[in-house]
Amino acid sequence: MRRRYFKQSLFFALVTLSAGLLLFSLGGLLVYIFLNGFRAVTWDFLTLPPMDSMTKGGILPAILGTLYLTLGAVAVALPLGIVSAIYLTEYARQGKIVRVIRIGVNCLAGVPSVVFGLFGLGFFVVFLGFGSCILSGALTLGILILPTIIGATEEALKAVPQTFREASLALGVSKWLTIWKVVLPSALPGILTGSILGIGRAAGETAPIMFTAAAFYTAKLPGSIFDEVMALPYHIYVLATAGTFIDQTRPLQYGTVLVLVGLVLGIDLFAIVIRSVVRKKKRW
Amino acid sequence: MEKDSIIETNRVHFYYGKFRALTDISMRFQKHRITALIGPSGCGKSTLLRLLNRMNDLIPEARVEGEVVFEDRDIYGPDVDPVEIRKKIGMVFQKPNPFPKSIFNNITFGPKLSGVAAKADLRNLVEESLRQAVLWDEVKDILDRSAMALSGGQQQRLCIARALAMKPDVLLMDEPTSALDPISTAKIEELVEELKKKYTIIIVTHNMQQAARISDMTGFFYLGRLVEYELTEKIFTNPSVKQTEDYITGRFG
Ligand SMILES: Nc1ncnc2c1ncn2[C@@H]1O[C@H](COP(=O)(O)OP(=O)(O)OP(=O)(O)O)[C@@H](O)[C@H]1O
Ligand SMILES: [Mg+2]
Repeated sequence: MRRRYFKQSLFFALVTLSAGLLLFSLGGLLVYIFLNGFRAVTWDFLTLPPMDSMTKGGILPAILGTLYLTLGAVAVALPLGIVSAIYLTEYARQGKIVRVIRIGVNCLAGVPSVVFGLFGLGFFVVFLGFGSCILSGALTLGILILPTIIGATEEALKAVPQTFREASLALGVSKWLTIWKVVLPSALPGILTGSILGIGRAAGETAPIMFTAAAFYTAKLPGSIFDEVMALPYHIYVLATAGTFIDQTRPLQYGTVLVLVGLVLGIDLFAIVIRSVVRKKKRW
Repeated sequence: MEKDSIIETNRVHFYYGKFRALTDISMRFQKHRITALIGPSGCGKSTLLRLLNRMNDLIPEARVEGEVVFEDRDIYGPDVDPVEIRKKIGMVFQKPNPFPKSIFNNITFGPKLSGVAAKADLRNLVEESLRQAVLWDEVKDILDRSAMALSGGQQQRLCIARALAMKPDVLLMDEPTSALDPISTAKIEELVEELKKKYTIIIVTHNMQQAARISDMTGFFYLGRLVEYELTEKIFTNPSVKQTEDYITGRFG
């Protein structure tokens, strides 16, 4: 009796400890970034381009660049991912081929992001001749997050009760309309959550954009999808390693990190809010 | 096909993969009659019912042999669109399954999407369908409210109304009252008897009294075979097969 009790409390202590450790490291990281960065984040910092060899000024081009790249990636990956997932779960015969495709998609999710960067360089920048620009970067990031979106959509589609499909089909509604009018609306909250978490990832990646879209420095704000842009993750990399005045730019680095982390958390928060709104509307 | 029958199955076998769920079923379902399908659990009643409007198409490994004739055509023939069949042969399921939409939109869902009804007629169609399903008086002031807020019995009548809105020829019902309380059950039984004036109804039930009360014909199934198919009166008073008698008197199943 006593031994069992001891084991149980030991186990409980371990679980608590690891949860605590996790929270502590996450919280520690955020606090550290905040304390080091918040003084740098002023209105000017958010609205001016970098100045004086990037030791002064702000990061507006990088913020806009990251926003455009991320939005572009979503515009590419969301429709493609949702359509692929619909095909895989609703139409394809569940056999060997579909299994192979699924394994392929999962492998794609595990490929290091620098490989996507090289692919983007080889295919979009050079082969298709887009050059280093928003379009190339967005397409590359889109492919990067495609597996996440396919996975999230597949899960969400599978979670829609089979009885909904039956009810609609039994009314003589075609399969396509059943998916469009019944299955997709029910799956929407799940699709959005999973996908937007993937989008957060796209905003933070450095390797895929450094060969395909990101400029070392440009004061000019992007005007078309064929412009090169600055981007937050790459800007951090540049400030921290490649500049000539690394120590002087330290506060700017932390400020940029803080903005990037804030942006990603903001996107996640947005996902949560959308999900709860959609859920409230579609209760069953 | 005989004059008074609407669906006929000819020597139908049905398989789930290698497992044969129905063996050699030949049955005539008569127009404007209520046919009850009874038998112990797992004997294939739902399988047969879902076969009649091709709902079994959804099951990947399922296979049908033999023919199911409806409107002088084998509905499993090569040029038949199952969607067209399901418009004419509606279905009500064991568990009420309204869509997470308003009451109004539940009813109009099928007619709108399959282009059966003109937009202007939708309101009339809703009223007519809900009246037929004896639900109108209870919901006429809350048509915009979510169907999920209705009680189980109301939801099931809504599902019946939803099926009726398609103006089908045949209504298939798979244990439509098994999830309901006695009062809702009585309401639905009354409703079914009323409906047979306009529709042909085929109903699966585990409730012997229900079968005896509402049906004109009864088929008794056992292990995937049709054991006896007769006038309901005859089945319940003087069955010709011993197995049938044992079942309806509650000696097994
Ligand atoms: N999707 C399926 N895949 C494989 N076998 C199935 C499937 N559905 C039903 N079966 C099998 O087919 C047989 C008949 O099932 P069916 O659901 O038609 O029985 P039932 O008479 O409706 O039973 P109940 O009264 O319990 O509803 C059963 O043995 C069942 O296990
Ligand atoms: Mg059944």
